Amino acid sequence: MNDEVATFVGPAIDWFSVSPIVVLLCGALLLLLVGSLTPQWRRGGYGLASAVIALIAIALSVFLWRDISSSGPKLLVGSALALDQFAVLASIAICSAVVLVSLVTSDYLASENADSPEIYALYLTAAIGGIVMAASNDLVVLFLGLETLSLSLYLLAASNRKRTQSQEAGLKYFILGGFASAFFLYGVALTYGTTGSTRLVDINLALNSYITVPRNDTLLLVGVGLMLIGFGFKVSLVPFQAWTPDVYQGSPTPVTAFMASVGKVAALVALVRVFVTAFPSRADDWGPVVLVLSALTLIVGSVVAIIQVDVKRMLAYSSISHAGFILVGLEVSSHRSSPDVGDGLIAIGVYVALYAALVVGTFSVVTVVAQNTNDGATSLDAFKSLGKRKPLLALAMTVLLLAQAGVPLTSGFVAKFGIIQAAVAVGSYELAVIAMVCAVIAAFVYLRIMVSMWSSEATTTEPFKVSSFSAISIAIAVLTTLVIGILPNLLLDLTSNLSQLASK
Amino acid sequence: MIAALLVPTATWYLVLSAILFGIGTFGVLVRRNPLVMFMCIELMLNAVNLSFVTLARELNDINGQTIVFFVMVVAAAEVVVGLGIIVAIMRNRSSVTADDLIELNG
Repeated sequence: MNDEVATFVGPAIDWFSVSPIVVLLCGALLLLLVGSLTPQWRRGGYGLASAVIALIAIALSVFLWRDISSSGPKLLVGSALALDQFAVLASIAICSAVVLVSLVTSDYLASENADSPEIYALYLTAAIGGIVMAASNDLVVLFLGLETLSLSLYLLAASNRKRTQSQEAGLKYFILGGFASAFFLYGVALTYGTTGSTRLVDINLALNSYITVPRNDTLLLVGVGLMLIGFGFKVSLVPFQAWTPDVYQGSPTPVTAFMASVGKVAALVALVRVFVTAFPSRADDWGPVVLVLSALTLIVGSVVAIIQVDVKRMLAYSSISHAGFILVGLEVSSHRSSPDVGDGLIAIGVYVALYAALVVGTFSVVTVVAQNTNDGATSLDAFKSLGKRKPLLALAMTVLLLAQAGVPLTSGFVAKFGIIQAAVAVGSYELAVIAMVCAVIAAFVYLRIMVSMWSSEATTTEPFKVSSFSAISIAIAVLTTLVIGILPNLLLDLTSNLSQLASK
Repeated sequence: MIAALLVPTATWYLVLSAILFGIGTFGVLVRRNPLVMFMCIELMLNAVNLSFVTLARELNDINGQTIVFFVMVVAAAEVVVGLGIIVAIMRNRSSVTADDLIELNG
């Protein structure tokens, strides 16, 4: 047998570089512990605590960003995590979404008389999973992050115990999510078998050295395909999107905002990192697949949205078409021969960050509107005459919807323009055209909501209440949308080095 | 001759794990009872574990075997969450099959 006596030597950990994750973890545990030992806090207490924890994580991430700007990207914890601007931008977007969603949730739970610390602790753990996913340089670490995020999201989706819809959404999400995770993991196993490693950087090295590692290309491609299926479920690409509208509609609306922002941002960033870091040598194989998937996702997402009558379902399909847009950026990265490939990554990073703020803002307005109906319904009728009853709220919603449609002077335009510009720069004209046409089709959906808000006469005279935390959260989202839309260089100047991913 | 052919090789285990994974996938797609669907997902995860162990032995690399422990922990955590959700639904209704979950139909 083996004569060696192994002593386990752990990897060196640069604690400052992982501090956002540590802060969120300690915050979540403390909130849960203190919250369950003390009597019910004052209205909004839990939500504020969760927002403050996430704000500290944002501040630390900003410090990390400045570190990377001066000393360059690097790998952490025995090269399990990558510290680069792509990952830090994602973690800032995720933590910002946690701040905004916590504020909205606080009002939502207060109106349901169900305020408790568990929901916020789950937000924070989900954010940890998301940050780990976005930064992972190892497929197994990625899987652990994915599960941390997903398990929290299943519980959040089912968290409203009074509504059977919420539980149904939780169960559907759970079964399909577990199914997708198994596919992803099988893909990881086959990739590990053919390359001998689960580290993204090492996989790339193994695939580029033709002599040392005996390879089996069929198994590798099957593995990559299975991983793509797993990711496809998570980010709801067509044809793996069937669960999205049901789960988005059934979950409590603030949770939907969280899923649509944090869940999507983390999974998309991880998807892009895996394909760009580990499999650039197989870009000719996965490039066309990504092209077809993104075209399908764009078309189905924007066309099917038109026939929906529930606003949450409309927005679910619109989030599907946003995922298609981001996938266009990944397709750009598969054109290895073009010098402009890095633009794809920058466009993806900018899109993902702006999308997170946008989608949280939109769903926050839907939450407020649903609170003011008798049964919490989110049908198009609930938005009727909002312009007469609450002009400011209707104006905020209009700005957010225009941004989702990609109208100039809003952040949505900056995001969509970046993606289409990158696609044209590498010669993916067909995809750029499909993306533009789909953006126009999707605009029709947003117009339907706007027409419903502004054109019809007031049918009820019941008072319409907007709580202060929700108002703050919506105002922040609208401000980001307008400021970045009018002065895009504030963001674009910062992100010029975004495409330098950590490699050693 | 035949005895030599019947010595199990790594391929046998990989094929077995692929078959188990296929059974699990099929089960999730056709069975209507959430508990059974859930068991099928566990079957898929354990099929992957078998692949990891086999491949780790083939590559003579300990990492593949350690991954299995992580997957087991994740599977256990999934059981906790999944059964929790199913029990919560059971409290409101007498039975659960996937066909009963029709409030949200797309």
